[in-house]
This record gives sequence, C-alpha cells and structure tokens, in this order.
Amino acid sequence: MKKPKEFNIVAIGTGGQGILTLTFIMAEAALKQGYDVKTSELHGLAQRGGSVSCHIRFGKKIYSPIVRESEANLIIALEPLEALRACYYGSRENGTVIIFNTFPIVPLSVSILKESYPSLEKIENVLKEFASQVIPINATEIAKKELGKGVFANVFMLGYAFGLGLIPIEKKNLEEGIREVVKEKYLESNLRAFELGIEKAKS
Amino acid sequence: MKVLEREGKKVILLGNEAIVRGALEAGVSFASTFPGTPASEIGDTFSKIAKQLGIYFEYSTNEKVALEGGGGAALAGLKALVAFKHFGLNVASDSFMPLAYLGVKGLVVVVADDPSCWSSAQSEQDSRHYSFLAHVPMLEPSDPQECKDFTKLAFKISEKFEIPVLVRLTTRVSHARGIVKLGKMVERKKKGFFKRDKERFFNLRPNILRMHEKLLEKMERIRKFSEKTKINRVVNSNAKSKLGIITASASFNYVMEAMDDLKVKFPVLKLGLTNPLPEEKIKSFLKRFKRLLVVEELDPILEEKVKAMAKDVNPKLKVYGKDVLPKAGEFNEEIVISAITRITGIRLKIDHTSLEAYKRKYEKIKIASRFPIMCPGCPHRATFYAVKKAVKEMGIEPVYGGDIGCYMLGIFPPLEIEDFLISMGASEGVIHGINKATEQKTIAFIGDSTFFHAGIPALINMVFNRSNPLVIILDNRYTAMTGHQPHPGTGITGLKEETKQVAIEDIVRACGVEWVKVVDPFNVNEMVTTVKEFLAKDKVSVIVAKRECQLVATRRKRKAGLKIPKFEIDQSKCTKCGLCLKEFACPAIYEENGEYKINPEICTGCAVCFQICPAKAIRVKE
Repeated sequence: MKKPKEFNIVAIGTGGQGILTLTFIMAEAALKQGYDVKTSELHGLAQRGGSVSCHIRFGKKIYSPIVRESEANLIIALEPLEALRACYYGSRENGTVIIFNTFPIVPLSVSILKESYPSLEKIENVLKEFASQVIPINATEIAKKELGKGVFANVFMLGYAFGLGLIPIEKKNLEEGIREVVKEKYLESNLRAFELGIEKAKS
Repeated sequence: MKVLEREGKKVILLGNEAIVRGALEAGVSFASTFPGTPASEIGDTFSKIAKQLGIYFEYSTNEKVALEGGGGAALAGLKALVAFKHFGLNVASDSFMPLAYLGVKGLVVVVADDPSCWSSAQSEQDSRHYSFLAHVPMLEPSDPQECKDFTKLAFKISEKFEIPVLVRLTTRVSHARGIVKLGKMVERKKKGFFKRDKERFFNLRPNILRMHEKLLEKMERIRKFSEKTKINRVVNSNAKSKLGIITASASFNYVMEAMDDLKVKFPVLKLGLTNPLPEEKIKSFLKRFKRLLVVEELDPILEEKVKAMAKDVNPKLKVYGKDVLPKAGEFNEEIVISAITRITGIRLKIDHTSLEAYKRKYEKIKIASRFPIMCPGCPHRATFYAVKKAVKEMGIEPVYGGDIGCYMLGIFPPLEIEDFLISMGASEGVIHGINKATEQKTIAFIGDSTFFHAGIPALINMVFNRSNPLVIILDNRYTAMTGHQPHPGTGITGLKEETKQVAIEDIVRACGVEWVKVVDPFNVNEMVTTVKEFLAKDKVSVIVAKRECQLVATRRKRKAGLKIPKFEIDQSKCTKCGLCLKEFACPAIYEENGEYKINPEICTGCAVCFQICPAKAIRVKE
C-alpha cells in the first residue's frame, strides 16, 4: 500500500449517528499504520441534535487538526443534507470522493420553518460539483435489514469506503481500531458491519 | 484508560486529556473545576481516575470556589490544578489576582478560550489579557503533546518561582486529538500542611506594596527563563527569507500547514511561553527581516508588543498582523494562506480562483439549518410550553430572561422563549433591573447548576430590593449540557462518593422568598396554573421545575430492564392541527404525507404530548 504524504477525511452527520466513534476508530487505525495523526471535533451545543462534523488527518507529519477547504480526499456523510453542508471541503481539482448515506433525517427547520429538503437527485448533482466521484449508499437501510439496527451505518460505511479502496490503511489496522474504540458489548456487531461494508463494496 | 498508560507509550489523547496526564507526571494531588466547554473533559477525566490514584478532585459550585480550593491546597503545599472555560476565569478573577501576590507555588490554572464561540453564548473574549493583568506567567500549547509537556513545565515554573501559572488553550487545542508520547508519572503527596507566614500571606498595606514589587521582580526573573526555554523556538531558522513569522497556540499549526501548501519556508518564531515574552530572543529574531507577520487569534496582543520591540532594534521593519488577519473568529489554514498571499504575492499552485468560485457556489446553495434542539422528553420543553400557554391565556407578553445551560436552546424556534443571554446567573440579575425599570411582567429562567453557581445573590437581591419577577428554576438534577456532571443538588461528588443533596427549594425559602412551589414539568396543568398564579404576585416568586434529565432517566430505565412506554397518534382522531409538532416541537414527532406521527425509537414516554393534544388523539402504544 502506498503511503500518501497526507490524507484528509471529513466525517459528518447528525448527533447520535456515531460520527465521533468513526473518528476515533480511524485515528487509532492511522496510529497503528504508523502515521502521524490529528483529529478535530466539536462538542457541546453541536451534540444536541445539531450537525456533527469531525476532521481526521494523517500522514508523515500533521500539524493542523482541521482539513483545508477543497483538500479533503474523502468525505463520509451519514446523512444527505449533511453531505451538502460539508461539500466545500472537497473539490474536483483534488480528486475528492464523497460517500453519502441516502437515509434522510429531516431537521426541525424543514418540518416547522418550511425550509426545504432537496431531493436526493438534486443533492447528488450539487455534490458532483465538489468532488470527482460521488457515491450514494443506503447504509441505514442495509444496516437495519442485515444488522438489525440503523446505528451501525457508521462502521458499515467505513467498511464500504475501505472496500472501494478509498482509505490508505490496512484492513487489520482498521479492525484493530474498531476493537480499541468500540465497547465489548457492541464489538461483534461492529466488526460484522465493517465486513458487510467491504462485501457490498466488492459486489 | 489511555491517560494512565505506561511511560514511553505513544497514545492518542484529546488535548484536554493530555493536560491531565501532564498534571499526573508533575505529581498533582488536588484538582478542581466547574464544567464548561471546551474545558469540560479535564475535570471529567480527573473524575474517572482521581479516586484510584489517591488524588482529590471536585466539581466546585463555581469557578471562583474551584480556584480558591486549588489555591488553598497549594498554600498547604500540595500541587493543584484548576481548570475552566474562559468565562470561568472571569468569575474566578477576583481571587486570581491576589493568589499571584501571595506567591502560591504548585498552582496551575488552565483556561480554555473558544474563538468562534462554538459552544459559548456570552462573548469571544481573549483570556490572554488576564495573564498580563495578574502578572502571571502563561503557557500556550499548540497540540496534545504540548498540552502534556507544558502542563508539566507549568508546575515546574510555579514551584521554582513561587507563582501561579496559567495554561491557555483554545477549542482547537482542547478538542484536537493527536499522538502523545507519555512520560513518567511521579508519586504524589497525599497531605500537606498550612504554615502561617505573615510576610507572604498578609496582603494589607504596607505589605501589599512589597508583595506587588516582589511579584514584578519574579516576572522579570521568569523573563530570563523565557529567553532560554526551548518552548520559545525558531523553526526553519536557516531559511533565507525577508519575511519572518511570529506565532503561538493553534495558529502555529495553520502557519506550518500554509507554508507546506504554498511550498515556501519562512523562519517562524514559535512562542510557547507568551508571558513574560523573551524580549531579547524576539529582538534578535526581528533584526533579520524586512517584513514580519504576527499570527494570533483574537486580539493583537503579541503584535502590539512586537511592534514596540521593533521600534528599538529594527524601526524599518514592516509588521503585519491584524491588517491582514481577522480579529474576530478562529483561524484556519485558508486564512493564514490568504494573509501570506497578500503580503508576498505567493499563491497556491492549484488554481485558487476556481476554488474561490467553488466557495461562492457553495454559499449560494440553500441548506436547511439543523440547529441544536432539546432532546425528546426534555423536561425544559414541557416547562417552556406551559409558560407560553399560561401567558397566552392571560393575554400578556412577559420579558424572558435566559441563562446558561441546555435550556438556552429555548431561544430557537418554535419556542423562542428567551429574550437575552448574558452570563451565569444574569437571568435573575438583569430581569430584576427590567422589573424595576418597566411595568412589564418578567420571568427569569435559570438552571439548577447555574442557580448554585451564581443565582443565589441575585435572588436575595430581588427579595431585599422588592422586585416581583417570576423565577423558574429548571432543576434537572445535573449540569446536563456539559455532560451530566454532578452539582450540589445531585447527591454525588466528583469522586463519585455520596453526599448531601442540597434542596433548591430550601435555599429559596431561606433567601426570604414567600411564594415557592416545586412543580413537575410533566404535569402540564399544574405548571400552567402555578405560572398564572405566581405572575399575579406583588413579590418575587419561584417555581422549582423539578424533573430529572430525560437522557439520564431513560438510560437508567434501560439498564434496569424497565419498559419505556411509547405513544402513538390515532389517525382517526387526529384533526391535523399540528400543535404537537409546530408549537411543542418534540423531535420524536414528525409529519409524513400529511399525517403526524411519533417515532417510537426516540419517544421517551414523557406523556406531555398526550396531555396537550386538543383532539385527545395521542395514546399509549400497545
């Protein structure tokens, strides 16, 4: 596996979707792969049902914990509207890949303030202007159907991204990351979610 | 726990966790805090490990009390660490200044600023000013490794020079994770002894003036240390350039990344000890350049000092700072790149203009906002709903004082029930002023933890000076917003030991308030009736809206295997009035194809929607 000088990931979703877990897993995996690593997260107000975004950067030497606009190699969005919110971290010039979960979580601003929630097709079209590749995947539906709970969509998407060859970290290190971060009780389901993601990517 | 791993191991730590490890490596015996983002994890990490290590840790009632506790422990010879967010230092500042005069040693104060106000409602203050105001040395780490190392060094400086030391963080330092190489944890003292010392502790005239002089002398001695210390260092020292950069804290990271992306190398003076500044080191650095850029977030503190130094040694030097960088909001790499481009004309290799076009395109996309909301089953929402119902029925429009905590989310639609947010406890203090100044009805909302923190004097003031607002104390049993830390009403200490539960209603009565009632917010009718009754009083009245935070209650019920009732909407009875969604706005309720529904996955069974539905269409799901 070729080690990039630096690799930038933005993970975004809504409170409760497991964005922080995803961030910790990738950070631990990057450490095991021998990279320098920095992550940035926002706590407090952001956690009360608002949007949650984390940045993960790894490579030879990393100073800033924040991804520069347009410089993300990969954007993993657990919710379509949130993919839109983070899209400017990507660009065609830098060959960004955006993977987004097509399962919408409609915010209160849409249900009570009449702001609009665009169609998935429209979202995908906008995203395409900020990335060289946009990959929609109904992760929540798949996780519900095959793993029993939608909440495993986060680690499923990690497996999916890895399966598509989009994360320059070895499989065993990502699995180690999962073991390190996830509580014993949920470990097996998460490892299954990761494996299922890889399978779906290859099929 | 990663923070307790063995010496030599490399682990990923949060900046705040690394602060704790640094304190452990320095031999800390006492730690205290009042929770506040972005500093909260410092206290929470201590709370998890203190007992097993024999360290004393407490969540104090407020930051001033936390600092005084740490100061007392240090006066008794123990190493103490006190941590809070920037506003916490405002609260603690009254004792912060004299503690410097007293020359306590082994006292480290960690303050976390929040540029861009990611989780702060009050202001975007730059707490570095306190270091200069109090004549207290200040260390500013840039990453988790430095958080650990600088905390350890802060204790060393405090011990050696007999002075409290400030470690100043920002959100992007506190809440960054990175690799930390751990050092050795040392044995800690369990107990100290307070030795009377009139010379040192008697700060009245004329002794106080000698103490002041002594403090200033100490700072001059520390300045010599500042000249030598490796944490004030030049990066890219050999780079040939007419431009130099001076920076500190999180800004250093953006400078390094910006140079890397611009494919340039400028000499950078990275300051870790920013007060007292190493004047000689800075002056000799300044001499080398025609142009200098000072990169610091918020106020131009370093910039002004550097400009003054340049006048002595390099009067022709053009110093850039806040003329090319913003004064408000946090920095990032883009901001630093654009400053360097403006000064040097050096641009990014890839087409920057097309990226700017991207950004403009992005800004034109309409993205529905996702503001933070109170959780499903939150008792605060029930209280707010009842208050709105009561005042609507009375045909009045009161002024609503808001305060600091989860309930400040009531400022967002559809409740929009707070007219201002100022500081901890200010709902009461300010609403008293409005009550005196107008004929309007006035209501102050204040949380339980906030009431203990700063609400008591303001309540006594209402009684003493005869105003008649309605004060609603939202008692959900925890300091919930920052992560459910215990407070004096919870019954548990920071060491997770049982303690007395201080009852808010008892305090309120003891303050002299005659109209006091404890109401369960989930009893909507009783809340509405009590609000109406109390708003008619000619003296201050208090409702304690008491109900445990639903997040904790639900977690406990799940753990105990108890069934959580779920509610559903009977579509045959529902008149589609939309009140449950549009006015009550529980996140569990949603609209789908013109029908209102309840998401059973997140319904907590609070039964408030069941009570307020005008068509009686909501029922328990079988």
